[in-house]
Amino acid sequence: MKADGTVNRAALPAIFNPEDLNALEQALRLKASRPGSTVHVLTMGPGRAAEIIREAMYRGADGGYLLSDRAFAGSDTLATSYALSRALANISSDLIICGRQAIDGDTAQVGPQVAEKLGWPQVTYAEEIRVAGEGVLRVRRRLERGAEEVECPLPAVVTVNGSAAACRPRNARLVMKYKHARAAQEAQDASEDYFAMVNERPYLKLTEWNVNDIRCEASELGLSGSPTKVKAIENVVFQAKESRRLSGTDVELDALMKELIANHTIG
Amino acid sequence: MANFYTDNEAIRFHLGHPLMKKIVALKERDFRDAGKHDIAPRDFEDAMDNYDKILEIIGEICGDVLAENAEEVDATGPRVVDGRVEYAPGTRQNHEVLTQAGLYNMSLPREFDGLNFPIVPYVMAAELVSRADAGFGNIWGLQDCAETIHEFANDDQKRRYLPRGAKGETYAMDLTEPDAGSDLQAVQLKASLKEGRWVLNGVKRFITNGDAHVALVLARSEEGTQDGRGLSMFIYDRANGGMTVRRIENKLGIKGSPTCELVFKDAPAELCGERKLGLIKYVMSLMNGARLGVGAQAVGIAEAAYREGLKYARERSQFGKAIIEFPAVYEMLSNMEAKLHGVRSLLYETSRFVDIYKAYTHIAAERPLDKEEKEEQRRYQKLADVYTPLQKLFASEYANEITYDALQIHGGSGYMKDYPIQRLARDARITNIYEGTSQLQVVAAIRGVTTGQYLKQIREVYETAPARPEQEYLRDTLKEMTAAYERAVSLATAPGDPELVDFHARRLVEMAGYAIIGYLLLQDAQRHEGYSRSAAIFVQHAHSRATAHAAFITHFQPKDLGAYKKA
Repeated sequence: MKADGTVNRAALPAIFNPEDLNALEQALRLKASRPGSTVHVLTMGPGRAAEIIREAMYRGADGGYLLSDRAFAGSDTLATSYALSRALANISSDLIICGRQAIDGDTAQVGPQVAEKLGWPQVTYAEEIRVAGEGVLRVRRRLERGAEEVECPLPAVVTVNGSAAACRPRNARLVMKYKHARAAQEAQDASEDYFAMVNERPYLKLTEWNVNDIRCEASELGLSGSPTKVKAIENVVFQAKESRRLSGTDVELDALMKELIANHTIG
Repeated sequence: MANFYTDNEAIRFHLGHPLMKKIVALKERDFRDAGKHDIAPRDFEDAMDNYDKILEIIGEICGDVLAENAEEVDATGPRVVDGRVEYAPGTRQNHEVLTQAGLYNMSLPREFDGLNFPIVPYVMAAELVSRADAGFGNIWGLQDCAETIHEFANDDQKRRYLPRGAKGETYAMDLTEPDAGSDLQAVQLKASLKEGRWVLNGVKRFITNGDAHVALVLARSEEGTQDGRGLSMFIYDRANGGMTVRRIENKLGIKGSPTCELVFKDAPAELCGERKLGLIKYVMSLMNGARLGVGAQAVGIAEAAYREGLKYARERSQFGKAIIEFPAVYEMLSNMEAKLHGVRSLLYETSRFVDIYKAYTHIAAERPLDKEEKEEQRRYQKLADVYTPLQKLFASEYANEITYDALQIHGGSGYMKDYPIQRLARDARITNIYEGTSQLQVVAAIRGVTTGQYLKQIREVYETAPARPEQEYLRDTLKEMTAAYERAVSLATAPGDPELVDFHARRLVEMAGYAIIGYLLLQDAQRHEGYSRSAAIFVQHAHSRATAHAAFITHFQPKDLGAYKKA
């Protein structure tokens, strides 16, 4: 965390947000059920974030776009969704699937804000996305107590909940095929050999866009486009509760017994 | 969120062995496919990076999926429904995830949808899978069958069968029968030609993953014969029908792996390779691969058991301190660790030998080998032949000793079904039985004793390798052990009585193994300081055992043999 309360991304490794992986799995399932469709990932971050695109390609995505510029630094959810929506305007697509929320801010705002900016309908907390007919999605949504199914016309934005199916593993062949893929920033210091290889294999060149590649208002980007002001950051330590409520299933009881045996409360 | 590859630096350590450079260059034919094939490595570093990355995927799946499912799979197991096997739900998930990750067909060439990995990283994957779920290790490890098809089937069969493994189809090797276990010459399942097609009739028993999509079946194709020369190898495709699963065995361990009794009724099959070579050539090759696989399985189980023992000994407190602080317990743990490091080193030494000779075998199918290459191929094949049973013997016996001690460390809790150690102990128990019992591994390994192969390797390669000055004393002990071994061999062979050699065979093979493993650990300690402890502890342990064997043999009179005979 920086002094101004924004996340110091330079100090963090690029990781796939867990719910983005759930989202990717939904996209890959749709791709498998709709021959001819393709899956591309869009991520905004420093050059290192290209790793997210590669990780998605190792799992079956066709390619991706890295949106990277110092002008995006300090973006809150509003500025982020603005930049993403401007980048999406460059890409022809009819369905945008994203994770419900990232593990840093926990706001769950970016997906819905992107939908608003694009003027597309949105479905949140999705667990399963299917095509119900030409241009219509059927989505199962996770609710606090239960689930509901909704239909939605395309194009649309869907945010996927962590309770959706886990993402498939990285595939060995795809890892070997795409591991040399680089975005422009990463390829800056690459050798001639590398560029010769990329010439032969254009799929190794990941698309990278900076602020000049998307049509946008500079004032709406980064810190200046971010109305969120962080007042203070506090570490919250969760206190262990004295009681625990079990619903009484065999699985839970079994786990409790094991725990009690392991810590020698009984046995 | 465990990763069985990254949490165990021993695997990466062995992957980094200096001989890998040669192995990778041979396997990749000096990187001739680079640029031609999108997954072919460009050079040695690129290939090693591939192995590292892919092992990391396997390690993650092992930690997050296989190990998580292991307990439920052990409790549920597979079942038979209408003559077909249904895996436990966890087993199904394991297989599905590994298929999605593209982790079958690992050692096959890329043209058959393989990854073209050498044996070394493939065996490492087998070790990781077995650490997570040894029973599942069988279903996954039966991809070995594809290696046999690749080596001996015709081009058309290779094209039709091999890519199927990458799509989630599984294999079985149907060898044993009710009256043909260790003695496969007695196989009776009949193969006969019906209107120009081979059909199979008869029963197979104790068949691991018997309801596989594709099976290699050993059958009697030559009517009227009684021995191994009347047996041929067949490829059976389940899609053609004719085979049902009569029952599955209720085993002590490896519950996730269905062990089936199969009934073949006019089941159509294809001849693999040449008639009559089924047992004497193809099964021998299949078995050698499987024995390496069981070695890897045993090392995987031993790794899991050692970790369980260590964890419990640190957590469990008695008499006011953690039990790991008591000499009786820490000695057990240190011995377990030294044995584990020792058999792992032997496993990968053997894998390297297999890698080199196999690569030459495949190269020989493309172009004639020159004199030097032929020489090398012969040398490594001989080494692989005597090292394979040696590592299977030691790995499986040590896996049993390590799980036994790990369970002992758990005390009464170890005897309860509440901790993973009881499953590991049950799983380990099969490793020194199947794919040839330890007694049969000795029968195979004794050739390494009588032909002087082990001694030659020790004297010419291991004994002359450099060591740190402070570790020279270990070499002195190992030299002494080698001399004692040599004396014991001449004492046992001098009278010229084959039965006396058979009687002492296990002692002799173990004496060779003690010295070899000791030297391997000493070598490991040169590359990585961390193995110094295990080298010292193992040599101490092995020296005492070897001395006992030497005393037995020295004081044994040939006439004493009579006293042991039973009828």
